[in-house]
Amino acid sequence: MSEASEVVFIEGGRVIDPASGLDAARTVVLRGGRVAEVAERVERPRDARAIDARGRWVTPGFIDAHVHLREPGQEYKETVETGARAAVAGGFTSVLAMPNTVPPNDSVAVTQLVLDRAARAGLARVYPVGCISKGQKGEELAEMGELFQAGCVAFSDDGKPVSSSGLMRRALEYARTFGAPLAVHEEDLQLVGKGVMNEGPAATRLGLKGNPAQAEEVMVSRDVALAELTGGRLHVCHLSTAGAVRAVRDAKARGLRVTAEVAPHHLALTDDDVARSGYDTDFKMAPPLRSEADRAAVQAALADGTIDCIATDHAPHTAVEKALEFDQALNGIIGLETAFPVCLALVRAGKLTERRLIEALTAAPARIFGLPGGTLAAGAPADVAILDPGAEWRCDPERLHSKSRNTPWKGTSMIGRCTHALVGGNLVYELARGER
Amino acid sequence: MIGTHRHLTGLEELSREEILQVLDLATSMKEVLSRPLKKVPSLRGKLVVNLFFEASTRTRSSFEIASKVLSADAVNWTASSSSVTKGETLVDTARNLEAMRPDVLVIRHPCGGAPRLVADHVGCAVVSAGDGAHEHPSQGLLDCFTLREKLGTLEGKTIAVVGDISHSRVARSDLHSMPKLGAKMRLCGPPTMMPIGIERIGGCTVHHDLREAVEGADAVVMLRIQHERIGDPLIPGTREYSRLWGLNARKAAEWLKPECVILHPGPINRGVELSPEVADGPRSLILDQVQNGVAVRMAILYLLAGGSPEVHPAGGARS
Repeated sequence: MSEASEVVFIEGGRVIDPASGLDAARTVVLRGGRVAEVAERVERPRDARAIDARGRWVTPGFIDAHVHLREPGQEYKETVETGARAAVAGGFTSVLAMPNTVPPNDSVAVTQLVLDRAARAGLARVYPVGCISKGQKGEELAEMGELFQAGCVAFSDDGKPVSSSGLMRRALEYARTFGAPLAVHEEDLQLVGKGVMNEGPAATRLGLKGNPAQAEEVMVSRDVALAELTGGRLHVCHLSTAGAVRAVRDAKARGLRVTAEVAPHHLALTDDDVARSGYDTDFKMAPPLRSEADRAAVQAALADGTIDCIATDHAPHTAVEKALEFDQALNGIIGLETAFPVCLALVRAGKLTERRLIEALTAAPARIFGLPGGTLAAGAPADVAILDPGAEWRCDPERLHSKSRNTPWKGTSMIGRCTHALVGGNLVYELARGER
Repeated sequence: MIGTHRHLTGLEELSREEILQVLDLATSMKEVLSRPLKKVPSLRGKLVVNLFFEASTRTRSSFEIASKVLSADAVNWTASSSSVTKGETLVDTARNLEAMRPDVLVIRHPCGGAPRLVADHVGCAVVSAGDGAHEHPSQGLLDCFTLREKLGTLEGKTIAVVGDISHSRVARSDLHSMPKLGAKMRLCGPPTMMPIGIERIGGCTVHHDLREAVEGADAVVMLRIQHERIGDPLIPGTREYSRLWGLNARKAAEWLKPECVILHPGPINRGVELSPEVADGPRSLILDQVQNGVAVRMAILYLLAGGSPEVHPAGGARS
């Protein structure tokens, strides 16, 4: 990332920086690619660039711990560049790139390719995640040491659970060498069976095979036990059930090194929405949309910190892969450009404080994955999101920046939007004036 | 149109009045079938395409005969269900067929929701002939028709549905229709075959003991145990199933009311869910169901293909 030599003053906004406990009207000064100072009143030199942030929030750039950029191998769905463009349009200045590409990121070559493409795009910072097992086959450990040295910040077989308890145990142990967390997709495939949506009354009505909440709880419980056995770091991806919340809460109470993320769709939607949508495959993902009780549990867990952070699980697929029978459509939805308004609705509903929302999008993921950023403290990278919390807009998939259009929010009204994103002091995204 | 509906993809969305509209018209249609010359010109010039992604003889033939009796042209299109391996998607197939200008597309598919997906992409009327474990609306309607014919009414009647409810689209269509006509529903089967929350559909009660479910019932719908559908180990085997949830002559004599009738969507696994004496006995309405199926499907096609009232077989559509 080239660091800007320009000096930028972001003036008149409400600065929310949970990492430094700040929530007040301030001017943010960026210089040399870093945050120079955050002050009540500062004289702006004539040659400095000014961004008017009146009526807006100024926060650290968001960090998304769970994004599928599809490159290499599935560039027809998304590329590092288009994904990074969607990221900054949603306020995300850093993303973790999941390794289930084609080939999977179990080699330095793939890690390098992702980093090169990200540097060339010059948009969001992209941190590759390496595979836990070679080829994500769940058989042998991937070369975690080499991947870590090449720039991977975590390890994951995401998309596939690590079914072998023995391999998972060794992976947790081995990764301790690097202090990197294992980001795990938790589903017991024997319990999932052929399930394509949450098992419950909605699946029964639709006549679709159910995937029980306990398929996730069983795996989280197993991995919490293995984290205790090994002292390894476990990060539970896209946690979706009340049972998994209990398991993580219990693990944290016992002092284990366990963290968790939740996706905006699991905070906002339930399996009843699948029924209401009439088999719309943009409501199909893994883990599936759960029950109302599960949704309430993950909302409460996010609010009280049991769930550490929000991560989108941005999963682009083309219309061809989605305009199919519900049983046959691929899992996943895009999420980078809708995460902020979807989660902001929880604040309006009184389920989450503004500060906690921003923390879960910034400081929390930075802490878990040991990333720079996530704060506007002096000296931090000049990664900033400017957000209009009152902006009303209609989610038109054709106007999103992702290459794919698979969003359950198509055509719905949203409140809250990113207007500017800066990475290393460079203005990498600005919402067109006509859209404000 | 059935009431306000251009398509028939399930009975969940039909009101009591809309169900009665079909049943009443089916009564007239049944009269046509009893004539020596079984043909009326109601749908002359209309094209019905049967698009079947699952093996089916009786339902497809039933729709085909219903079309022909109404003078519509019927074409059968049998397709592979694994559209992905074939390279052509369901939507592609449906659009191709639509280009041939059918008036009604009758579709059977192993995936729940497939008829609805097709309906979203074509201009003609779509009739589900069964989709996965979702619904089998024409079967639900013919079950209602048959029961109304034999019992006079479904108001206040108790109907037990026995078998693999979790995989049964017939059970769901019965549950979405019979209670609207006033029936009380009981479901019975092993817990492994009872899907979560099924009691929310039509306010049915759930039983695991066959005797408890069928005692005092006015009708019993026995479902087929489909070996090919059972991927999970839902039951230890058919022998034990037959002992616990099958109906034989002894159980029927001891537990059923004398006037209780027995339905089955077919095809029967003789000796598994029904013993031959019961399937062929005086309580069995199985062959009535098959005959009524043609009449009910005639009514469905007539309403959705926009048959003209002037050539209505009984001289004008009743509502």
